[in-house]
Amino acid sequence: MKSYDIAIIGGGPAGLAAAAAAYDAGVKSVVIIEREDSLGGILNQCIHPGFGLHTFKQELTGPEYAARFIEKIERRGIDTLLSTMVLSIAADKSVTAMNRTDGVFTIRPKAVILCMGCRERSRGALNIPGYRPAGIYSAGTAQKLVNIMGYMPGREVVILGSGDIGLIMARRMTLEGAHVKLVAELMPYSGGLKRNIVQCLDDFDIPLKLSHTVVDIHGRERLEGVTIAAVGPDLKPIAGSEEYYPCDTLLLSCGLIPENELSRAMGVRMNAVTGGPVVNEALETEVEGVFSAGNALHVHDLVDHVSEEAAAAGRNAAHYVINGESTHAERIEIELAGGVRYAVPSIIDPSAIAQSITVRMRVAGIMKNKQLSVYINGQRALSRPRPVMTPGEMEQIVLTKKLMDSYESINSILICAEDREDK
Amino acid sequence: MEAKLDTKKLTCICCPLGCSIEADMQGGSVVAVRGNGCPNGEKYAHTELTAPVRTLTSTVALVNSKSGMRLAPVRSSEPIPKDKLFDCMKEIANISVSAPVRIGDTVLQNAAGTGISIIITRDIN
Repeated sequence: MKSYDIAIIGGGPAGLAAAAAAYDAGVKSVVIIEREDSLGGILNQCIHPGFGLHTFKQELTGPEYAARFIEKIERRGIDTLLSTMVLSIAADKSVTAMNRTDGVFTIRPKAVILCMGCRERSRGALNIPGYRPAGIYSAGTAQKLVNIMGYMPGREVVILGSGDIGLIMARRMTLEGAHVKLVAELMPYSGGLKRNIVQCLDDFDIPLKLSHTVVDIHGRERLEGVTIAAVGPDLKPIAGSEEYYPCDTLLLSCGLIPENELSRAMGVRMNAVTGGPVVNEALETEVEGVFSAGNALHVHDLVDHVSEEAAAAGRNAAHYVINGESTHAERIEIELAGGVRYAVPSIIDPSAIAQSITVRMRVAGIMKNKQLSVYINGQRALSRPRPVMTPGEMEQIVLTKKLMDSYESINSILICAEDREDK
Repeated sequence: MEAKLDTKKLTCICCPLGCSIEADMQGGSVVAVRGNGCPNGEKYAHTELTAPVRTLTSTVALVNSKSGMRLAPVRSSEPIPKDKLFDCMKEIANISVSAPVRIGDTVLQNAAGTGISIIITRDIN
């Protein structure tokens, strides 16, 4: 096996953007390791439009968006190992993987970028009672069945969870002739983008019931129906509100979980809120020379942001390889307040910011007429108005070198959502 | 007598921001648009309230692919009238193409009489 300076784990949107950026930043010895037989990751099954508006100023489908990045990889001649499963990454960054041609092998890169993406929350993780008949799928599994394999999972469909994949699949299954009876959402707000409520549900008169959940599954061999109930503010089902919906298919679109078995096993410190690694301003984990980006780092709404973030991780990994070490003068943990649930990155060395960094975050509930503010050393450094913020839509704030340099020393950085002040 | 002013509320679907738009309608046409964050929102309000359109995506059967794939993803080359979506789906269901296919290859012209083509969205060998 050849040796490489940078190994990128995962050939989805994050891995592709990270590889191209690392190459362009001066490290030509890069390999992408992908377990599927083609590059592109989840984009290949996301055949709907809506990708790339931010990056390409044009609305692309998933495969079209992926093709633009795959072309960058091919043009640069970056090596890819397809149908190759990474088994483990050791603390010294040696990557052990296997495939049918090379068997089990180990490469010892100088830097690793973790771009494994995420997985869907499963029925088991949701604790839905009842039998375990056929006909219950995660929305993404149904998407693969319909868009890649050419199978229809069923005809009479109920969807639990209003995440974007569930909404997209409500439309897709409807167009393919299924009858989508209902989307039930546990929370009092949708987990998906507003535009998807309009074009995937409203367009086809599919009802969305907020503050509702599945409390029972019926059928032994094949799903026969589900019981839906309203939930109170405590998210517990309200007795007497149960309704029976006959159906042969239940799709679950109840959130995504970053895939980090490899990261955990190699000793990367994790963030309990995001489910991804704790990273600094360089998107470097607490294991030196190991970087992370995309949905493995934290779940994004838009692939454009994944590509942008991963390109930063790629550049930073290249700088690390070229410099031979990470030098950090300071380590300030970003403090959060006012309902900001997390920030990525969460550790900042102000002196290490070359031009600017983007801090991405989510809020805990729906908020109106707020501003997102950054306090440095206890004083407000900047604030950005936010008429509406929801947990389903990621927020971001840019911290510039100029701002950091305007302080003689920085002891604390706090990000908070606060009531809007009219100036 | 002047036609009554009717205000419609819309969520713009042009981009993920999903601006909440208000549009004043008078005699079947849009006379004023508010709340749009960009010019696309104004255009959207006009078409959405007079002749709504959507980009249609689906798959067509694929044969002879070295990759073993049996479907190729497709989309309408431009948005099609909303009320023609299911008619287009019926025509798309009957299409079978032979690999290799390339992004932009036309697999159906004048889908459901709309004058709009259905094109491939993934390179498959």
